[in-house]
Amino acid sequence: MGELRTTVEVRKAAELAEAEDIESTSRFTLKKAFALMHRQPLGTAGLFIVLFMILMAIFANYISPYNPVENDFMSMGAAPNGEHWFGTDQFGRDLLTRIIYGARTALFVGFSSAFIGATIGLVLGVTSAYFGGYFDLLFQRVMDIFMAFPLIIMALAVVTALGPGTVNVIIAITIPFVSRCARVVRSSALAIREIPYVDAARALGFGHNRIVLRHMVPNVMAPYLIMITSFLGQAILLEASLSYLGLGVQEPTPAWGLMLQGGAEEYAESAPWIAIFPGLAISLAVFGFNLFGDALRDVLDPKLRSR
Amino acid sequence: MKKKYCKLAVILLLGCVMCLGSIGQVWAQKKGGIMNFVVPAEPPSFDGHRETTFALIHPIAPFYSVLSRVNPDNPSSPTDFVCDLCTEMPTPTNGSKRYTFKIRKGVKFHDGSSLTAQDVLATFQRLVFPQEGVNSARKAYFTMVEKISAPDDETVVFDLKYPSGAFIPAVSMPYNFVYAKAKLDQDQHWFEKNIMGSGPFIFEERQAGAFISGKANPNYYHAGKPYLDGFKSVFANKQSLRVQAIRGNRAMIEFRGFPPKSRDDLVKALGDKITVQESDWNCVLIVTPNHKKKPFDDPRVRRALSLGIDRWGGANALSKIAIVKTVGGVVFPGHPLAASKEELQKIAGYWPDIEKSRKEAKRLLKEAGHENLSFTLHNRAVDQPYKIVGTWLIDQWSRIGLNVKQWTQPTGPFYATLRKKGDYDVSLDFNCQSVVNPLLDVGKFISNDRSGNQYGNYIDRNMDQMYDEMNQTADPAEQRKIMRKFEKRAIEEQANAFVTLWWYRIIPHRSALKGWKISPSHYLNQDLSGVWIEE
Repeated sequence: MGELRTTVEVRKAAELAEAEDIESTSRFTLKKAFALMHRQPLGTAGLFIVLFMILMAIFANYISPYNPVENDFMSMGAAPNGEHWFGTDQFGRDLLTRIIYGARTALFVGFSSAFIGATIGLVLGVTSAYFGGYFDLLFQRVMDIFMAFPLIIMALAVVTALGPGTVNVIIAITIPFVSRCARVVRSSALAIREIPYVDAARALGFGHNRIVLRHMVPNVMAPYLIMITSFLGQAILLEASLSYLGLGVQEPTPAWGLMLQGGAEEYAESAPWIAIFPGLAISLAVFGFNLFGDALRDVLDPKLRSR
Repeated sequence: MKKKYCKLAVILLLGCVMCLGSIGQVWAQKKGGIMNFVVPAEPPSFDGHRETTFALIHPIAPFYSVLSRVNPDNPSSPTDFVCDLCTEMPTPTNGSKRYTFKIRKGVKFHDGSSLTAQDVLATFQRLVFPQEGVNSARKAYFTMVEKISAPDDETVVFDLKYPSGAFIPAVSMPYNFVYAKAKLDQDQHWFEKNIMGSGPFIFEERQAGAFISGKANPNYYHAGKPYLDGFKSVFANKQSLRVQAIRGNRAMIEFRGFPPKSRDDLVKALGDKITVQESDWNCVLIVTPNHKKKPFDDPRVRRALSLGIDRWGGANALSKIAIVKTVGGVVFPGHPLAASKEELQKIAGYWPDIEKSRKEAKRLLKEAGHENLSFTLHNRAVDQPYKIVGTWLIDQWSRIGLNVKQWTQPTGPFYATLRKKGDYDVSLDFNCQSVVNPLLDVGKFISNDRSGNQYGNYIDRNMDQMYDEMNQTADPAEQRKIMRKFEKRAIEEQANAFVTLWWYRIIPHRSALKGWKISPSHYLNQDLSGVWIEE
């Protein structure tokens, strides 16, 4: 009888913990959002940059003044003017239009690789922490191998093996992100594994999948979200680097890194705008995502929140 | 009597002046130094018989000898050929069907073994009659050859099926590296991965992705040469890097060619430290649809692709940003066998009215049921002029409703795709020839079982027949007449493959580099034996 009561109590405790999680999420109101913005002015600026980029990418068709791939030999290498605010490149293509469309490539590659990389890393990291023992030991050594390579080297190796192209660039950027996220998430998950409700769930006979996905993963969302935002900036930069090296997306697709290649280098002295504006776009995007990611970390990390 | 002495004195004086002049010339050629030069791509292999790219010739040609070659002192001439390994350019016998070459004595390969007529024979057997599995890119240039023999170690005899003015230019192509028979007997593919010749430089080191270097061959058979102690060919696929390398004096030259903008920048920055040599270029980019892939097996679709391109407008604009300039047909523009502007403008795709062309292109696509065709343009990952022209072509095709993406590959994988995989829709191939010799240069357009370097995967026996007829007639008027038919079928009627724009060669190099002369081909005159540094 006593044993039965204990089981019921443990089940209630587990359900309470789940409910508390849900409640705490739903209490995030608009008022709190404004207060947060007030507390995090830089993060807010970052958020607006990110939102601006997203809107730019979504509505590129409507807001762009020209076709991004159409050559105009009457306006080759034109300096910024009333018709072409950012000037034109060596093919006479409007740079403003290509930068607007380039946001699509940057965000698509950035979001895809950051989300996929961080999510796979999340699941692997939590699983590694949950099982522990030899599995954890072995798995972490594999992660060590991946982490031994600098991000750009790893991405270069992957894209060299797979060949250039948008999908291959996403894969190339995703792979190094997995190990990095798995390592960070594992350290948080190790602490969570020791909390009684995980033992409780185990005692109740819940399967590994349920414990990992329903009880542990939701509790490591903070580092996961922070990792995603930090990966976004890195992914945009990596995509630009790979495209600059000719290993990313290919002409005539508008992409910021690609715009820095070829003509931008050749005309750096006589038509510097060909390099300046895409460079600014990359800097601004990375800056925005980093500001936003830092603010998110401040908000979600309990240690930093109390400061 | 006095007058006689005066005359004698004048003659003696003139003789002395001439002697001194020639001695002065010899003295002007300075020995020593390592010449660095930049190359935009790495060679796909080291086998000159197989490859067709500058990426092989520039770093590898200095290691090899050839039987005969274009005169290094007069490389622009399409008719001035001199011996390299032979002792004297042969006069044809047997009704102009036999050429007998005498081979130099005492020539050594870099491994110390002797070079004899047997090595020359083995080399040309491989070029002309390659064994199964051996790829000879120049097989089609030797269709006139019936038999090659070496009756002794100093004589090589070529027997032709018919008299041909195209034979000596074919023999003198710079890719015809003379290989050691002993190595070929061991493995016909040995030279794809190894370098061992008898040329002015000995292979020293290769760092993949970085450089290939060579040192002077002390036993070189052209006395006094090479002048350089060695060379280092540095690979840099980005044009800006190559320009900066020359600007910063880390490299003296790039032998392929720069666009006008880079020339202007270098001249502006370096003044008289830069010398510029320019020439028309026997090179053209060819749009090659893969006939084994639908819908490119349909001539209407191929013709529409050609009709969609505004060559006249493009030439004007692209010549400002790329190393292309001239509108032409299948023959090097300016050559007597080339089509005139009036003749060209009668060919579909060259009509002066681009709107009319595009209207016809759309009609053909509609008729073929491919109005909104999407495909991928396979291209070489080299900026000039491949990626520039590729980007331009995609824009041109978008104007007839086509949706085209670009897929670029570095030189090695690019060729692997063309030769082995064949998994491309349309590729931007090229026809770059060394010696200007249109009768053979158009071998790119004949059936792929005869051509050796036609990657469109088509068989067109009509083209083969016309090619043979042109090569077997000695009458230039008749040759020209057949060439027009050949051209019309190649780029209009069947549009098997069609040309874009011909190239223009601009070589700005450090003024300290001497002894190198530009030619209409970036393959010619590249053994570097006559180059020296004056610093």
